[in-house]
Amino acid sequence: MNGESLEVEGIDPHTTLLDFLRDRGLVGTKEGCAEGECGACAVVVLRLEHEGPRYVAVNACLTLVGSVLGAELRTVEGLSPQPGSRSAGRAAGPSVAELHPVQRAMVELGGSQCGYCTPGFVVSMFAEYYRREASLTPSGEPGLRWDPESVAGNLCRCTGYRPIREAMRSLPLAAEDDGFRARLSQPLAPLGEASLVREDVPGGGGTRRLHRPASLAGALALLAEEPAAKLIAGGTDLVVEVNQRDRRWPTLIALEAVDELRTLELGGEEIRIGAGLNLSELEHRLGGALPLLDELFPLFSSRLIRNRATLGGNLVNASPIGDSPPALLALDARVVLASQRGERELPLVEFFTGYRQTALAPGELLRAVIVPRRAPTHAHFYKVSKRVLDDISTVAAAFAVDLDPASNTVTRARLAYGGVAATPVRAQAVEQALVGRPWTAETVAELAPQLRESFTPLSDHRGSAAYRQAMLARTFEKFFHETQAGRRLGPQPPPSVVLPVLPPRPQKGANA
Amino acid sequence: MSSSEPPPNVPVTPHVGKALPHESAVGHVTGAAHYTDDLLPRYADALHAWPVQSPHAHARLSQAAIDDAAALAIEGVVTVLTVADVPGANEVGPVAHDEALFPEEVMHCGQAVAWVLGETLEAAKLGAAAVVVDYEPLPAITTMRQAIAAESFLTEALVIESGDSGDVEAALAAAPHTLEGELEIGGQEHFYLETQAAIACWDEAGEVFVHSSTQHPSETQEVVARVLGLHRNRVTCQSLRMGGAFGGKEVQANPVAAVAALGAHKTGRPVRVRYDRQLDMTMTGKRHPFLARYRAGYDGDGRIVAFDLQLYSDGGYSLDLSKAIMFRALFHCDNCYRIPNLRVVGRVLRTHKTSQTAFRGFGGPQGMVAGEDMLARVAQAVGKPAHEVRALNFYAEGDRTPYGQLVRDAERIPRIWSGLMGSADFEARRAAVAEFNASHPHEKRGLAITPVKFGISFTTSFLNQAGALVLVYQDGSVQVNHGGTEMGQGLHTKMLQIAADGLGVTLDQVRLMPTRTDKVPNTSATAASSGSDLNGAAVERACAQIRERMAEVAGRRLQVPPMDLRFAGGRVFPFWCAPGHPDHGASSLGFVELAQQAYLERVSLFAAGYYRTPAIHYDEAAGRGKPFHYFAYGAAVSEVEVDGFTGQFVLRRVDILHDVGSSISPLIDRGQIEGGFIQGMGWLTSEELIWAEDGRLATRGASTYKLPTLGECPEAFHVELLPMAAEPAVVKGSKAVGEPPFMLAISVREALREAVAAFAAESNAAPVELGCPSTPEAVYWAIEGVREGRAKQVSAAE
Ligand SMILES: Cc1cc2nc3c(=O)[nH]c(=O)nc-3n(C[C@H](O)[C@H](O)[C@H](O)COP(=O)(O)OP(=O)(O)OC[C@H]3O[C@@H](n4cnc5c(N)ncnc54)[C@H](O)[C@@H]3O)c2cc1C
Ligand code: FES
Ligand code: FES
Repeated sequence: MNGESLEVEGIDPHTTLLDFLRDRGLVGTKEGCAEGECGACAVVVLRLEHEGPRYVAVNACLTLVGSVLGAELRTVEGLSPQPGSRSAGRAAGPSVAELHPVQRAMVELGGSQCGYCTPGFVVSMFAEYYRREASLTPSGEPGLRWDPESVAGNLCRCTGYRPIREAMRSLPLAAEDDGFRARLSQPLAPLGEASLVREDVPGGGGTRRLHRPASLAGALALLAEEPAAKLIAGGTDLVVEVNQRDRRWPTLIALEAVDELRTLELGGEEIRIGAGLNLSELEHRLGGALPLLDELFPLFSSRLIRNRATLGGNLVNASPIGDSPPALLALDARVVLASQRGERELPLVEFFTGYRQTALAPGELLRAVIVPRRAPTHAHFYKVSKRVLDDISTVAAAFAVDLDPASNTVTRARLAYGGVAATPVRAQAVEQALVGRPWTAETVAELAPQLRESFTPLSDHRGSAAYRQAMLARTFEKFFHETQAGRRLGPQPPPSVVLPVLPPRPQKGANA
Repeated sequence: MSSSEPPPNVPVTPHVGKALPHESAVGHVTGAAHYTDDLLPRYADALHAWPVQSPHAHARLSQAAIDDAAALAIEGVVTVLTVADVPGANEVGPVAHDEALFPEEVMHCGQAVAWVLGETLEAAKLGAAAVVVDYEPLPAITTMRQAIAAESFLTEALVIESGDSGDVEAALAAAPHTLEGELEIGGQEHFYLETQAAIACWDEAGEVFVHSSTQHPSETQEVVARVLGLHRNRVTCQSLRMGGAFGGKEVQANPVAAVAALGAHKTGRPVRVRYDRQLDMTMTGKRHPFLARYRAGYDGDGRIVAFDLQLYSDGGYSLDLSKAIMFRALFHCDNCYRIPNLRVVGRVLRTHKTSQTAFRGFGGPQGMVAGEDMLARVAQAVGKPAHEVRALNFYAEGDRTPYGQLVRDAERIPRIWSGLMGSADFEARRAAVAEFNASHPHEKRGLAITPVKFGISFTTSFLNQAGALVLVYQDGSVQVNHGGTEMGQGLHTKMLQIAADGLGVTLDQVRLMPTRTDKVPNTSATAASSGSDLNGAAVERACAQIRERMAEVAGRRLQVPPMDLRFAGGRVFPFWCAPGHPDHGASSLGFVELAQQAYLERVSLFAAGYYRTPAIHYDEAAGRGKPFHYFAYGAAVSEVEVDGFTGQFVLRRVDILHDVGSSISPLIDRGQIEGGFIQGMGWLTSEELIWAEDGRLATRGASTYKLPTLGECPEAFHVELLPMAAEPAVVKGSKAVGEPPFMLAISVREALREAVAAFAAESNAAPVELGCPSTPEAVYWAIEGVREGRAKQVSAAE
């Protein structure tokens, strides 16, 4: 932690990193929501990824201490050479020139008002600072790609964001002698096995454990021994339950260190995605191999969440409003389930068996998702929500159609939805009705009423039943018009910007 | 205030007017800036409190019958607080005393009926779940319409009526045209990033000390004293800094501090209360939802001749500040428009919900939205562009508001308007939007400009006073105390600038102290945008006294009449020997040296400053007076693009021109304008509070209640401050900036209206029925309404 080692003892396995840090006096990391929405709790993890160590910002409120035991972490206090004095409790500390370039930009451009969100922004920006990829600016010069989405998981109630965006864009390339940058080219040991135990939980809670196996075999053995144990991958669903609904489990199995679940195989026919791969790394490593998923990623929660959220968690959570299921249904994905008894494969459409229920048998976990590598003539993903970035779907839809180029008739159609029924669903009757029909406005208009009646969605705080029903057909009409217009219609997530490379700014003091 | 007159030739205001970062910015970015709950690690033996929340919106219970046996059996549970523990009054209401800390009649779902103290938060939570309360549920009123039907009111009808032609009915009858409208305006959750928090402990003398995240330390002190049955001199309250407040900690911080203090009183140990987000959302009040019904009379050009407006607000269960908030709504329904015949009647409804409270704008936004809704409809009815109809109705120099206050500087409205239309390239962009719309059947753009006039002062006149205490030490270092609290608005930064200039020292010589009731007593809340006007004048006056005394000392040393001395840059010198002058060194004195000398000569180096706003008054019964010291003006242009399939939209560009007088701190002021705008946009678009029929709040966290993110911030966001706008009657010629920009966001709503209207077939002039907030769903139904040529509204989740 910030370059020193912290002993962990006697804590409940459900303890979040946020609570742990604040208990230990590292109070720069804030709690704004405890459900992964505000980013005030962001901390930096140095994570061993496919291409080597990388700084990633994660929500400490949704990360269990047990998941990151042994990891190198940094909080806002550990980003400048002289972290502000903890005990003095004053706002003074390092001078502006001694600050990390990210911190300095935030100070100089007015990026903080009340300052409560600021540590989280600084942390997200810090990770982005070392991630920023070189590209060419519109004028052809070398530039840095800045993804506005990198801070979409941080809420600020005061500034209105403009100065924060400005601060982000003003950042130069990290200097050659930047100690944090240098750390990225040194080796990092993989996370190993770990466990936590708490006995005599008050209120008759008995004993609680967390195991973190370091292999698939280890995980399956633990699961066979205790089929009721709760698996935790990124924790972005599970820890929300812990924080908001006070859920507790006698045994947790953290999948963090199971490398076999973090593989990605880009085959000629199929792509096999490890269920434990986080979505950020998946997006990066897919490198555009699945365009429909590339439409989905920027709309799926925020960078902070995607840095931990896994595809496995999204599917097993089986929420009717999950975003990946409609996309994967439209792509005819299959799932691979594993237990000590062996592995089995299932079409995704058969995986969802009821409201938040799946075909997973006791002792089984989701090992991988297989996506056929075929390119439909047209395929798009739609997310209807209150906000463009970082929102949960009111309705999610993914459509894929194949057309016979000669006759412009539909040869195959997949219409998949989330948010309109108890599970992610496909409108199979309409899919069949489309086949053989010409891909025209008339066909779409004719089938729209049937599509609208395909499901009977409910009303909730995200949207009324009537709106959801309308969206069943409207999203599909929109899809049709986009195929005709040859472009996406309506608001799109803000694009990433490529900015000229600025020279590094001198910074007083050693870095890391 | 002769002492603050600028002297000749010398730049005596090197700090005021400079674009400085927030005084705690380095602390913010390093995590070293502490907030109330960050102090917890210092209280090793602190207890944690957790409430027992009512599942019913309205119910009766007996405090004496609360069964805490099971809770006390849990390891780590220390005690359960009920009414029996209250030594003083069981009463925490701010204005009317109508809020029980431990109720026998539950008035909203989620209300705390008892509090459990535990060695750990975990124990307190387990304990709270184990407390058994026997509720007798009662019928509950959970919507405004139910409250109107049941005549459930918290106030009498508040009225402002004025007319050129006698009464409004007659004017309406005589008007060439009339129209009617009805609009429900949603509430808003403050969602300050730092939730409510307090830690109570014992000070060195064994008296009560409360750290509270409060905008109003004096009232928090008063409420704690009331509950504990103590004189106020035995209670000290400190507000270190707040992680946002926006009005939500003006009175709602009080019960939090009261519980902490009561817990400390009962156990003798420090007690920490911190709401998590869900508690905060289910227990604290919000911006008032409003219901507006109106009739308007107008002529063929769109000139308003009469406006009859009925406003209802959903006050929740208790009075809180609802009456003053309703008054401010009445005061702002005219916005920038001269309405010759106006009647506005406002009444606060009592419902079984959280007690709605102050929130940036304080009722002004709701009144203004209603007025702007009316104008937009009139424009549509007469077939003219809305911006022309708006401009046609502007106040002119010499006009008075319906409550009789002269609209001073009314010329600024057209000055801002035309300046902004020019800098935002309004006319050309309007044409471009029309062209875009003609060629895009499924996407439409909308462009709108709206103005703001916002009255500055507490409308409760006696609150317009402030105090400061400035201390100069022998080494020339300075401490500044004042009654205002820092919640991110940059008040401390401005006070630092004023104090540094007031004493002619450098910024690093001055330290701003956390706000404490033992430094400045009987303060008003930091609210109504007035923090820097009031406290700034008090700080300036305190500094002026010290400077005058020090000038006497320096005058003797330098053999110069004191009145000829200038204080700047940490030095004191005759005005003819300003820095740069060859004799400056020899004929000047360092501030440090002078402080030392003054001490030796037994001259007092500390002073209290006091300020009250002159000449404001309001007669409620007559509906007449001068409630405001002055008005702040501004205008905004917004452009949106709407997706006709889903109702989703983006804000493409925003241009703002705003009047902050002479800015004390331009970086801070710009931040207030941008932040206020985006917060206002959230209120009008994505932020939707939804209560279930039984009164349970369905949107109780960030996952269900949607604040704007960076994705909602327009890529083009231009903000300019109105030049040549010094306000003579205010400290340093500045104007208040906290609230007025919030209402600039009404331009977003009006731009959406324009875009929605563009989906209508040519022939079809159905009014745009746009829900408020205009969520994508609300926009979608508005589009469907104009497509079908009729007004239709389906509200979410009902
Ligand atoms: C702020 C926020 C925003 C979000 N936004 C979105 C969004 O836009 N779209 C969306 O779809 N979701 C969203 N989510 C939900 C969540 O992030 C995703 O569902 C995520 O993919 C879950 O993955 P995880 O690894 O974090 O799952 P976890 O929380 O670790 O686990 C979820 C469930 O899956 C089980 N599980 C996990 N991995 C396996 C496995 N390999 N085998 C068997 N069982 C397993 C766990 O036991 C648990 O029951 C959001 C969540 C938050 C907090
Ligand atoms: S506290 Fe809000 S994201 Fe963690
Ligand atoms: S500065 Fe207050 S929440 Fe961002």
